[in-house]
Amino acid sequence: MKDLINKLSVGFEITDVVYQRKDITFLTVAKEKVIDLITHLRDYEGFSHFVLLSCVDWIEDNIFQLTYFLNNPEKKHDFAIRTNIDRNNPVMTSAHHLWKQIATYQRELKEMYGIDFPGSPRLNENFILEGWDNIPPMRRDFDTKQYAKDTFFPRERPQTNDPTEYMKSKLYPKE
Amino acid sequence: MEFDFKKLGFTLLGLLIVLNWGLLMSAIMRKINARVAKRYGIPWYQPWVDLVKNYAIRSQITHGIMFYLGPVFRFSGGVGLFLFMPMLITAGGQWTNYSFQGDLVLILYFQFFGMLGMALGAGEGGHPYSAIGISRGLSQFTAIEVPMTLAVISLAIQYQTLSIADIVKAQQGGIMNWTMWTNPVATIAAMLSLLGALAHAPFNLVRAPNEIPIGPPTEYHSTFLGVLQTNAAVLHVVEAALFMNLFFGGASNWFEFIVKTFLIYFWSVFVGTVFPRYRIEHSVSWFLKVPLVLGIIAIIIFM
Amino acid sequence: MSEENNINKFENPYYKKRIVEGPDGEKFEVDPLKDYFCDEHPKVHKPSKIPVIENFLNWARAESLWVLGFGTGCGSIEIPPLMTPRFDAFRFGVQARPTPRQSNVFIISGYLAIKTLKRVIRSYEQMQNPKYVIALGSCTINGGMYFDSYNTINRLDYYIPVDIYIAGCMPRPEALLAGFNKLKELIKEGKAEKANEYAEKFEWYKANQKKIIKDWNMPDYNW
Repeated sequence: MKDLINKLSVGFEITDVVYQRKDITFLTVAKEKVIDLITHLRDYEGFSHFVLLSCVDWIEDNIFQLTYFLNNPEKKHDFAIRTNIDRNNPVMTSAHHLWKQIATYQRELKEMYGIDFPGSPRLNENFILEGWDNIPPMRRDFDTKQYAKDTFFPRERPQTNDPTEYMKSKLYPKE
Repeated sequence: MEFDFKKLGFTLLGLLIVLNWGLLMSAIMRKINARVAKRYGIPWYQPWVDLVKNYAIRSQITHGIMFYLGPVFRFSGGVGLFLFMPMLITAGGQWTNYSFQGDLVLILYFQFFGMLGMALGAGEGGHPYSAIGISRGLSQFTAIEVPMTLAVISLAIQYQTLSIADIVKAQQGGIMNWTMWTNPVATIAAMLSLLGALAHAPFNLVRAPNEIPIGPPTEYHSTFLGVLQTNAAVLHVVEAALFMNLFFGGASNWFEFIVKTFLIYFWSVFVGTVFPRYRIEHSVSWFLKVPLVLGIIAIIIFM
Repeated sequence: MSEENNINKFENPYYKKRIVEGPDGEKFEVDPLKDYFCDEHPKVHKPSKIPVIENFLNWARAESLWVLGFGTGCGSIEIPPLMTPRFDAFRFGVQARPTPRQSNVFIISGYLAIKTLKRVIRSYEQMQNPKYVIALGSCTINGGMYFDSYNTINRLDYYIPVDIYIAGCMPRPEALLAGFNKLKELIKEGKAEKANEYAEKFEWYKANQKKIIKDWNMPDYNW
């Protein structure tokens, strides 16, 4: 795999390589190179199985980190292609032409993080949330606890005690 | 012609007996199914409770006039089948209901009547599963009717009559006189088509409880469903009674009636417990193969 | 998020008013919300005044509980074992029904997302008058482990009336059977009249439902 990564890093400007496990390698590339790299891996290197597309909100660094997980069924190796996109202007090139199921992941990311994928089919339809009118719920600046408190009718929680202190006071009240 | 109140009384009493026997029989069959699956099963009075509960539901909604008439047609189909069928052939003749010369043709018609009424009513319900259930039910029932009609025609040729009472009388005088022994080919064809008519497991795709929810009566509830349940109880006994009369020598007392109808109904439950469900195209083509050929052979023999 | 993405986000094109051309070329207007649904509000159906009859009918209702086959959340996996030889709920007159029209008991089995709640309300309103709701699991009582989730409700009884709560995460099928028996006792005592309560406090329930279901594109009471 190291040979392959060395070969790829010439053309695709891989900035960071993490050998996470024996069979999983994380590669970080620039936003513009991601689709090229995935296409190359799919067409020439045998990474024919698309596993998942996920997103992490690094609110401190003001970036969204997208991860495209690819699998090579013959060599039993996974590549995770990471890229960082600007949190204030979250737009990413759509990859739905490579695997059909990516369109569904992109719909989810659009709804949960507000990342736009221009050209992706049915992107603006409701995915899980119907009629959501707040900021996307998986962004970290969305206070889900406060939202639940305001929207739903929370039941009064009973008074809870620290078990150690409580049992001490019950069993040995004089100490 | 003077109106015969005694006859009417006996007919209504017979309907009551048949209704309760039908409910009890369905409970017994569900109990048997449960024991096959190593369950304890429902209490024996469950069908009565379900019936009372359905009639006692407080609110009904309707989708139109045909929606009302659907269960009514179905019920009149079942009761009509009962009215023109001799239940018991006794010396007094009280239990022959309103059977007459040529009632065999009418009964074949009444079997289809309820299905058609139900199709119109359930169609107005507007639920897509109703429509699927109806199209499946009508196509399957058409396929069932063919071998059954051929077997009945074979019987009509054999006994040279279209009266059920006469057919029963011709079978009296010992078990070897039954149609089962004198015309076995027609009996087999009819008994195979009975499996479809009673709609138990291999051919129960019409109602398919866990595939398309419940089929035609998807939208039917409360009193409508109660009428349908009442009809199902009557219809199952009457179907079994028809086969008892045609092929198994009829009955001369209620005990014989109960034993014979139970065994005939049990035949379809027995097959249903053992075999899984057919798809609709398979069941239609199945009825148009073996039972159809047997029916044709039965006619050729007696030509 | 740009503005044009939000246009028509809450509108289902199926429910839009539109002009349809018939097979013979005739054009007619279709307004699905008015034409396909009935908008009449629920009525209170008073129990019978004669105690003997009402007790008998309540006994029949209690002994014949038809459960709607509607699973929400993780508790729905606890319902199929009820019909297996081990638990055999048929003994208690409990039977599964696939259509809301014919069922009496609605088991809300576990957490309830807002998207599911919309379907639950529609199914609940299609059931006929003596109808009972069993709320299964702690998620329906106070939100359970999803109490701070943006997408699951906290208390079920603000949206539909609940007859029986079964606590636990998840309750075992035995607990569900005990709940059925408790429900039977309530019905036999004539205390399970929550369907009438829903009709009486209809405005309050509807306001609560509309507070969280923001794309309300169906009639208020859809039979």
